[in-house]
Amino acid sequence: MKLVAEDLTVSRGGRLVLVGVGFAVAAGGALAVVGPNGAGKSTLLRTLAGLITPDSGSVRIEGDDDEPRERMHLLGHLDAVKAGLTVERNLRFARDALGGEGVLQAALDHVGLGALAELPGAVLSAGQRRRLALARLICAPRPVWLLDEPTAALDAAGQRLLERLVAEHRAKGGLVVAATHMELGFEDAETLDLGKSAARSRNSALMSRP
Amino acid sequence: MTSPHAALLSRDLALARGGGAGLGLVFFLLVVTLTPFAVGPDLALLRRIGPAILWLGALLATLLGLDRLLQADHEDGGLDLIHLAPAPLETMVATKILAHWLTTGLPLVLAAPLFGVMLDLGPAALGKTALALLVGTPALASLGAVGAALTVGLRRGGLLVPVLILPLAIPTLIFGVAASDPARDGFGPLGALAGLTLGYMVLGPIAAAAALRALRE
Repeated sequence: MKLVAEDLTVSRGGRLVLVGVGFAVAAGGALAVVGPNGAGKSTLLRTLAGLITPDSGSVRIEGDDDEPRERMHLLGHLDAVKAGLTVERNLRFARDALGGEGVLQAALDHVGLGALAELPGAVLSAGQRRRLALARLICAPRPVWLLDEPTAALDAAGQRLLERLVAEHRAKGGLVVAATHMELGFEDAETLDLGKSAARSRNSALMSRP
Repeated sequence: MTSPHAALLSRDLALARGGGAGLGLVFFLLVVTLTPFAVGPDLALLRRIGPAILWLGALLATLLGLDRLLQADHEDGGLDLIHLAPAPLETMVATKILAHWLTTGLPLVLAAPLFGVMLDLGPAALGKTALALLVGTPALASLGAVGAALTVGLRRGGLLVPVLILPLAIPTLIFGVAASDPARDGFGPLGALAGLTLGYMVLGPIAAAAALRALRE
């Protein structure tokens, strides 16, 4: 299995954000997407997930017949936590909507929210909401993880938890694309730098192709 | 394993239980209560325009929750989650419409015979109006979803929804009031109303999903 993006060109509001971005990430691999604010990191992840239709280019998962979006997790800036529902109810909806079958309490225990299962989502802090989003990754297994600033709002223990989850996921043959400003601590992660000019980004894309 | 549709339906019903579901009903009651004060204590007149008042009240009450129908999920990232579900966006939107109708439309249908008594409607008129509302309100919910989808990224979109969808609700209103008329025999208007509703129920989710796809970023 392999996530392949070819020659993606995306414009937002009439401005070209991504020009000719292409890469491939094999099973067990990780790609860190770096670049300054506004370089198009989130746009790239949302394009990979199919939320943004690119002007040209394509995204596909080789060796998989399902639609790419049904094989992907997208952890964005928004955690989709409903304030009026309990933590467990929030996770149950995310799991069922994504077609997972994992045990809710086990996933909550894993991310350190086990004691908060019956509390409403409204009381969660930003870091706890992020942890709840991470629990989705556990109880609805999908091979491709698209993580947008995954460490935002996470404390040191939370970041280690994330590193552990990613390592386990890759060991099981999953792959990760993460947009980030800081070192994520993923082993042997390749890097795609969107901060360069369009031509350079085409080059780095070619270089990162295995 | 619960299907994505069942998950969405049960979540939206749980969210509606949490608050806001009774607001439309209270609004409906207010419209029905205020009208007699406006037209005066003429029972014959009230009886004649009663079904129309019930329909107008139901139509306006349906508009109340629409601004949050998709906006809430847009703001907190829930729409992204729905997009990643292994189900077509159209049927997921249809599920949201169903949940919306169950929590706002159906209570109006059930309350209409009760509120109609305040307008001096007879048993035949009460029954026919309730039946017409039962058949017609799903169309209003489907239309509303299109308006909600078109305004999903707008800050004051809630005000725009009625302007967008009320003109399109006119056919439903015409046939709905005609089907509620106790003096009229046969099921002609009711049949037309049912046809309209079926059309809106098919086109509504498709149009709303297309709008969400076009407007998402």
